[in-house]
Amino acid sequence: MNKPFGSIVLDISFRYLVPFILMYGIYVLIHGEYSPGGGFQAGALLAIGIILARLIQGEESSFNISGDTAVILAGLGTLIFAGVGVISLIWSGNVLEYGVFPLNVHKESELHPLGILGIEIGVTICVAAVIIAIYDALTRRDDAI
Amino acid sequence: MRIVSTLLLIFFTFIVFYAAAGLPDVGDPNSAPSTHVSPRYIEKAYEEIHSPNVVTAVLADYRGYDTLGETTVIFTAGIATVLILRAGHKKSDQGGKRE
Amino acid sequence: MMENLMSGYLIYWLIGVLFVIGIHGIIQKNNFIKKIMAMNIMQVAVIIFFLVLGQKTGATLPILIHGVEGAENYINPLPHALMLTAIVVSLSTTGVALALLLRIQKHFDELEEPDVLRGMDQ
Repeated sequence: MNKPFGSIVLDISFRYLVPFILMYGIYVLIHGEYSPGGGFQAGALLAIGIILARLIQGEESSFNISGDTAVILAGLGTLIFAGVGVISLIWSGNVLEYGVFPLNVHKESELHPLGILGIEIGVTICVAAVIIAIYDALTRRDDAI
Repeated sequence: MRIVSTLLLIFFTFIVFYAAAGLPDVGDPNSAPSTHVSPRYIEKAYEEIHSPNVVTAVLADYRGYDTLGETTVIFTAGIATVLILRAGHKKSDQGGKRE
Repeated sequence: MMENLMSGYLIYWLIGVLFVIGIHGIIQKNNFIKKIMAMNIMQVAVIIFFLVLGQKTGATLPILIHGVEGAENYINPLPHALMLTAIVVSLSTTGVALALLLRIQKHFDELEEPDVLRGMDQ
């Protein structure tokens, strides 16, 4: 898929569409504890926005993420998830036990949305980056082997 | 061979149809999947997790370690796809630059 | 009999048919792309089966609403949480399978199973 198939109509409608798709993905991520949503859905939405950008405007689109960057981002997302688990180990809790974070709150349960938000960010980055990496790897055209 | 597998498939279909009689009715609030652990999740989620979305609470808090494993599986699948398709390339092709 | 069928068995029968279609595609079709599509159909059948098990009549989504208490007013959140990850994992396994197919197609110039097996023997 090296050649984009954008035309003037697709290009103009894309300019209005993709920022809203990406914004909606971020909304689904941040609002995931209070309404339907969460990390996996937000990752799929962000990936779809970026894949649309690549389909219509090609590699030089400003939303584009290259395959190598996507692999690095996938590792980073998994690292964020595991890092939140390890952070709770430092304050002598279990892995992914969010109640032990040393912050001033009224009740211990109010710390849980913070931890959930942290791991959802990791899941979002991982899922979006993996979808982009799979797309990039499958549509890469080359003559080796 | 094709006849044997077709017969096996028909046999398996009838097994599935027979087993459906033992499953709970659709929408039954007292069925087995809805009585053991899920009422506790629904009743205690707001006290313990402070999150109204019970699916997120189950996914990210009660079963967060499970989700960590799932994320690792997804990451491994992504790495595997990239490695399968790029193995055996020349060095100059690996920079992500094309044409 | 009829209401019993509609409320009890019919959806499970349809899911079973979907599952058997998946097995049929995997063991009887020769094209690898068709096998992967059949595998996806099987995964969808399993996902629908879990979601059907989580339903409750007269209940709403598992998003807690202020003032509505009680477990009988919210559907079972557990199958949704499990299947959410299953969907994403099925996506990535499909990606790996397609990558393997691309390699097979480059190496053997074929995607039909007998031709690929013949090519492996040579």
